[in-house]
Amino acid sequence: MKTLNFSISYEQFLRPDGSLSSSLPENVQDPKKALNAYQTMVFMRAFDAKAIALQRTGQLGTYPSILGQEAIGTAIGHALSADDVFAPYYRDLCTQFLRGVSLKETLLYWGGSEKGSQYENCSNDFPICVPIATQLCHAAGAAIAMKTQGLHHAALATCGEGATSKGDFLETLNLAGAWQLPLVMVVNNNQWAISTPRQIQCGAETIAQKAIGAGIEGLVVDGNDYFAVSHAVQNALQKAYSGKGATLIEAVSYRLGDHTTADDASRYRDDSEVKTAWQNEPIKRLKQYLINQKLWSEQQELKYFDKVNIEINIAVEAYLNETPDTPESMFDHLFETLPKPLEDQYAELQAQSLFVDNPVSNETSSKGVAHDTAR
Amino acid sequence: MIQLVKNDPAQEIKKLTMIESVNLALDYAMTESEAVTILGEDVAVNGGVFRATDNLREKFGVKRVMDTPLAETMIAGISVGMAAQGLRPVAEIQFMGFIYAALEQLIAHAARMRNRTRGRLTCPLVIRAPFGGGIHAPEHHSESTEAIFAHVPGLRVVIPSSPKRAYGLLLSAIRSNDPVIFLEPKRIYRATKSHVMNDGEDLPLDKCFILRQGADMTLVSWGAMIMETMQAAESLAKQGVQCEVIDVASISPIDFDTIATSVRKTGRCCIIHEAARSCGVGAEISASVSETVFPYLKSPITRVTGYDTIMPYFKNENYYLPTVERIVAEVVASIKLIAMGKKEPKHVSL
Repeated sequence: MKTLNFSISYEQFLRPDGSLSSSLPENVQDPKKALNAYQTMVFMRAFDAKAIALQRTGQLGTYPSILGQEAIGTAIGHALSADDVFAPYYRDLCTQFLRGVSLKETLLYWGGSEKGSQYENCSNDFPICVPIATQLCHAAGAAIAMKTQGLHHAALATCGEGATSKGDFLETLNLAGAWQLPLVMVVNNNQWAISTPRQIQCGAETIAQKAIGAGIEGLVVDGNDYFAVSHAVQNALQKAYSGKGATLIEAVSYRLGDHTTADDASRYRDDSEVKTAWQNEPIKRLKQYLINQKLWSEQQELKYFDKVNIEINIAVEAYLNETPDTPESMFDHLFETLPKPLEDQYAELQAQSLFVDNPVSNETSSKGVAHDTAR
Repeated sequence: MIQLVKNDPAQEIKKLTMIESVNLALDYAMTESEAVTILGEDVAVNGGVFRATDNLREKFGVKRVMDTPLAETMIAGISVGMAAQGLRPVAEIQFMGFIYAALEQLIAHAARMRNRTRGRLTCPLVIRAPFGGGIHAPEHHSESTEAIFAHVPGLRVVIPSSPKRAYGLLLSAIRSNDPVIFLEPKRIYRATKSHVMNDGEDLPLDKCFILRQGADMTLVSWGAMIMETMQAAESLAKQGVQCEVIDVASISPIDFDTIATSVRKTGRCCIIHEAARSCGVGAEISASVSETVFPYLKSPITRVTGYDTIMPYFKNENYYLPTVERIVAEVVASIKLIAMGKKEPKHVSL
């Protein structure tokens, strides 16, 4: 009898108390990067709280908190290069911020405007993806395009652990193995898909082992450890750049907040579990590490908070003062040019706009000349 | 067997079947643009189960003609990603009956990519799928569910009904910077041959084609049903009834102007489609024609369609598919204002 053996590794460098469980590998040793990671995580957590406050006061639509997910997103954002393509799901504020998506754009998106996905600074990245796991296929498509065009870049997609139950995830994983795609798939295993816990989602011991069935490398990292995620993602990207195929990274974390502002997690999970999870959260341990390394202090933190709050307030102001798109914009970007058969409906909307209380001027659009010139 | 009519390499005119003209259009588009990439199940080495992509792998290489794993969701999903990142994927779904796994990707992403990014990313993909009944195929291989896609804003839905229109419309679909669902009526893949000039000339995507002029009645159809509709028109002409036949071709967005102009002239309209009747594209045409040319109507708008039943297995498919006889009977009834079955024309005096 022949036996095939497969294994899944688990990596952690930074313990919850801020000490190192093993020495840091070379690609995560830069103290400036670690400091920037911490600052980004603190900044994003503050912005996250502000976004929730805006929703609670009726100034933002439904919003999914990233509380507890900051290390994963920040590590990915640091590892990706500008030429790579990122395909996010909806809990990727940190990565998107580091890619160049402005806080104003993020607020516009959750505030109900398509303008929020225009991404002036990362024009090839995919927009936030709400339908579960579908973005993984898009990232694979981007990876195929890179291969076809002879570009040595990579595509990276994220998803939650719930998404790994879906066909899109498994079909992409399978293709990534069969075609050796320059693709990195990062699963944010935050234990909860709305009210469905991890153990009901999947009977396998790890999510990462799904990679074995696809013939690609799969590994588990502590998703609350910036260094562990950063190390794994950098390695996976290097592998992709050099034509050695795809990687599945399971980053184990915990969703400290509700699923979204429309959710009440107290209906389905114990406070005691959440309290325990707070002991492992990603920011506290990195702060302790930086303080231990004399790279950060409480005084610096206070100053930094002031700076962060100013930046957040500027973004919120810009968001609240943004002129909404014209009603006609729903037609303007439907097709490259407005098909003649839709001209009547376009005129119908314009006539309706005259009677609807709407402060938007219609100067920029007129019947029959709606052209999509953005690309 | 391809017959060469004129041997001019620059502008070859060949007598082709529809499937050959699909292949020719793909060949032309791939030569024209390196971004055009074919993918799907069995499309490369085997050239597609209907041979639509025959020889293209040999000519353009494995990077541009790709056999995918058997997964329709993924095929549509990677097409969205490829299209958003600079390629022009032309994906084949082997039969329309297997396209449903791809719906989420097509509806939630392909149709919306341009709009949700305000034009930053676009989705110039084509999904080709053979559809329709009448070839004695197994279960799930014969349905006509084009209305599902026609209902989705942001998608173009195009159905050719002749080799020439297959060539011109497919070229347009591939050149379009927006997603196109290109449904090929497989019953007429090899039914007729016609002269197709390989000149790269495309045909407009949101325009109907008037195939036959007539003053008495407008017959509106698309896809394989154009065959029965044209035969019915010929048969009716012998009885003195002149029908105008319109091939809708692009069922979304749909060119109502051409249809309405015709019905304004004839005063009568019959819509013929293979798909089930309720909520079919015929219902939309009927409603729109009523809204715009109601005062010109001399009789109620009628439909000859498949029934609101599951498409029967092939032993009974000929009872399901509209026939020349059913079309003729409907037209005659409409002309004579004679009630057919339960459909009593109601004349309300105001």
